[in-house]
Amino acid sequence: MTDATRDAPPGARRSPAVVVRGGVVIDATGERRADVLLDGGRVVAVGEGVDVPGGATVLDAGGCVVAPGLVDLHVHLRQPGAEEAETVETGARAAVLGGYTAVVAMPNTDPPVDCAAVAREVLQLGEQAACRVAVAGAITVGRAGERLAPMAELAALGVRLFTDDGAGVQDAGVMRRALSYARSLGVTLAQHCEDRSLAAGGAMHEGPVSSRLGVPGVPAAAEEVMVARDIALCRLTGAPVHFLHLSTAGSVALVAGARAEGLPVTAEVAPHHLALTHERLEGFDPHFKVNPPLRSAEDVAALRAACASGTIDAVATDHAPHPPEAKELPLDLAAPGMLGLQTALPVTLAALGEAGMGLRQVLALLSWQPARIAGLATEQGGDQGGPVVEGAPGNLCVFDPAARVVLDPARLASRSRNTPWVGEMLTGAVRHTVVNGEPVVVDGEALR
Amino acid sequence: MTALARTDAGGAGGGADGGSPATSRPRHLLSVADLGAEGIAEVLRWSDRFVEVGRRPNPKVPALRGKTVACLFAEDSTRTRLSFETAARRLSADVLGFQAAGSSLGKGESLRDTVRTVAAMGVDCFVVRHPSAGVPAQVARWVDAAVVNAGDGWHEHPTQALLDCATIRQVMAERRGVPVERTGTEIFDGLRVAIVGDVAHSRVARSEVLALAALGAEVTLVAPGSLLPPSLEGWPVTGVSHELDAVLPEVDVCYVLRLQLERGTGSFLPSVREYAATFGLTARRVAAMPEGSLVMHPGPMNRGVEIASEVADMGRSLVLRQVAIGVAVRMAVLFVLLAADHASSSAPHPAAATVARGAAEELVDD
Amino acid sequence: MAERERRLTPPRGGVFVPRVQVLSQADVLRALTRIAHEIAERNHGLDDVVLIGLQTGGVPLAHRIAQVLEETEGVAVPVGLLDVAFYRDDLGIRPVLPEAVTDIPCDLTGTTVVLVDDVLFTGRTIRAALNALTDYGRSRAVQLAVMVDRGHRELPIRPDYVGKNLPTRFDEQVDVTLDGVVLGDVVPR
Repeated sequence: MTDATRDAPPGARRSPAVVVRGGVVIDATGERRADVLLDGGRVVAVGEGVDVPGGATVLDAGGCVVAPGLVDLHVHLRQPGAEEAETVETGARAAVLGGYTAVVAMPNTDPPVDCAAVAREVLQLGEQAACRVAVAGAITVGRAGERLAPMAELAALGVRLFTDDGAGVQDAGVMRRALSYARSLGVTLAQHCEDRSLAAGGAMHEGPVSSRLGVPGVPAAAEEVMVARDIALCRLTGAPVHFLHLSTAGSVALVAGARAEGLPVTAEVAPHHLALTHERLEGFDPHFKVNPPLRSAEDVAALRAACASGTIDAVATDHAPHPPEAKELPLDLAAPGMLGLQTALPVTLAALGEAGMGLRQVLALLSWQPARIAGLATEQGGDQGGPVVEGAPGNLCVFDPAARVVLDPARLASRSRNTPWVGEMLTGAVRHTVVNGEPVVVDGEALR
Repeated sequence: MTALARTDAGGAGGGADGGSPATSRPRHLLSVADLGAEGIAEVLRWSDRFVEVGRRPNPKVPALRGKTVACLFAEDSTRTRLSFETAARRLSADVLGFQAAGSSLGKGESLRDTVRTVAAMGVDCFVVRHPSAGVPAQVARWVDAAVVNAGDGWHEHPTQALLDCATIRQVMAERRGVPVERTGTEIFDGLRVAIVGDVAHSRVARSEVLALAALGAEVTLVAPGSLLPPSLEGWPVTGVSHELDAVLPEVDVCYVLRLQLERGTGSFLPSVREYAATFGLTARRVAAMPEGSLVMHPGPMNRGVEIASEVADMGRSLVLRQVAIGVAVRMAVLFVLLAADHASSSAPHPAAATVARGAAEELVDD
Repeated sequence: MAERERRLTPPRGGVFVPRVQVLSQADVLRALTRIAHEIAERNHGLDDVVLIGLQTGGVPLAHRIAQVLEETEGVAVPVGLLDVAFYRDDLGIRPVLPEAVTDIPCDLTGTTVVLVDDVLFTGRTIRAALNALTDYGRSRAVQLAVMVDRGHRELPIRPDYVGKNLPTRFDEQVDVTLDGVVLGDVVPR
């Protein structure tokens, strides 16, 4: 038994050594041409021309970037309750194909993750999954926004993030109490900012397009009033707040102000809000219906600028699988949401590339910054986010930033197909993904 | 990001080609914008022909014989549905009626499956009315047939706007003592129209604005702030007003929208009484309108709310005429979409094969 | 066939290019005068005779025949206009024009209808016209007057009055107006 194996992180499988050869390693410390040798679940050597042990698996990374595995703060795995749309297994497979080595599963399942039993069920399913599956708990019982969920019990199982996602906590008093309680536990509350009384009935962004089309709209204010409220509550309680899927210029301006003040506020944005605008709804196609909705070009520009300036900390997919029947309904009745795991990397690279951001800045948003918010970063005792150095956990994403691939629905691992990018040319493709030292995606094919 | 194919709204082409109506027929009528000024003028000219057909002892022509028109009405509407069914029958088409109030067009059941099941019976044209905006566009993506929007949520009601334009043209022609067939769309140039009422939630308003503006009219919207859409960017209107009394002395046509109380418009207003007082078209207000101006209403009317009973019955009001001309206009729409130039989409007629043999060009059959 | 209609023929149509003038203006007027007399002769007068010009080529010819009859017989024969667009069995081949109105001035029951058209070719236009006429009453008889019979019949239709028999190739075009008859070709645009 080698030293490497004895030091293997828990859950590491016994597999042959792996060498990732010919790529450029990019992580929080910088960028360098290097090969990476992994064994026993960890990185054992990084450098130009490492010694390759006999029997090692060689992963060709010529022309590729070798980065710490991506971390998605926001996925809907639909299990338990809606397995026809997705399961933990299929969602995790989609994740690794997208370069993700860890995901945080949202609690709006059926039943919701508002108690230890359901959390345990999802965590157990996650143990067999291709990537690390962390679980977010609900803030309130049943996500009804009234009584606090047993956060301590869930935290004992390792839950670090709590949210009623799918809905925002409407009552300020309830949210205040939840924040105070969360602070004492050292966990973070994440908010889906949507004021129900302003958003009710809306199927797209309220603006010139919705007015012309005669479609009920969701005004930007529906999100902004709750962002403003929770910033004030953060100031009041001192508890950290993470804002899920921000979509408006007004929201990022509020977050920037809160950060300038030094408040413990973080924010994420979804790739589709960096790339698409409300004009996409002109054909009334529910595949573009998402919550929060696609907004204006000005909002997209503001979100991109916020990514560049650091106001936004993470890109999170809000991967939302839906069966075809849910999208083959009139626009106002169709389910909101789109897949995201297998398209996030190319879409984000393109959108933020247009905003002048470099690869390392984009990878920060996709990997080590979300890792930290999820409590999974190596410096927090977790195994995500890199940096790619000797002794680090073996979670890598190897991708070719220049590869151009047309998205073929047959290559989607998700049980669902609701993504507007089917048939589109995407630039940037994952070639290999390594989880705990084991290759789970090789040459674009999932092994598990 | 390249344009995503799925944003295509179902092949609606423009008819604003100008020179050659025979080559620029739209595939669907989902929005007034599918026709353009040229297309609207063409529909009006065809309506004249169908008005004449309607006067015959046997008001029927075989133009759409062998075609099937399916009316999918997921919203209650006897008048519009009967108007379309009559139009289809007068063109000798077969009609499939499908009312879905509460049946399988309801929530949860795939709209696409329902529509494709009906389409499998061999349908050439769907006439679709639905409480949700965009359903006709979605149907157009799912079937090969032509699709006519008979009213979708707050979005559009194109045939209503067309028949309203036909009505205005008919009345104006009569006023001048000129046969309507010799009246083009130049009568709309500079015509001052006020559209009054719940514009935000009115598909009739959206279609009227597009049609009238395309024909050169000057449209002013008159409504309380809470009944105007959140944004008027891109709306081809000349003005917006919150004061009906200020606008009425300067209009040629006052188009009164129905207050849709059954759809909850009431919650946007303090009270119906207040609305009637500030925006209701009373006899006193009509008296302030210029000599020879017209009053129109898409029906059905809330008498005493947006329009006073006596005004509805007044000579200047064109409500019944609008209904009468509706069948001819809908015949024109069905004819334009389904007849002529679509022979290529069905099995070639033996005559077509005969005429086409030898020569590369299409010959005119004499 | 009017130039205007040819211009609007679906994309595979083209422009009429004249090649040879077959009848002059004087020839056309003489032929119409002869036809007018033949109509009066065959029907032993003009009682209950109605002229119906087929849109669009037959209309000016019908009016001209009516004018001759007024001048020579002193009888004002009613003239109607008939567009067969809605009755054709082959919509998509002949372009349809909304301006070509139908206007039948009287109940046709018991009348002798003389259909007037510019060119008789396959016979399908006349067949459609016969269908259309049934909606206007049951006439006692229907006769057919054409300026040019160019052959190539596909239906058992025959004219009663002919201005000129003109053998043509199937792909040629015949253009008839009061100014003359011209033979030519349709050239793709």
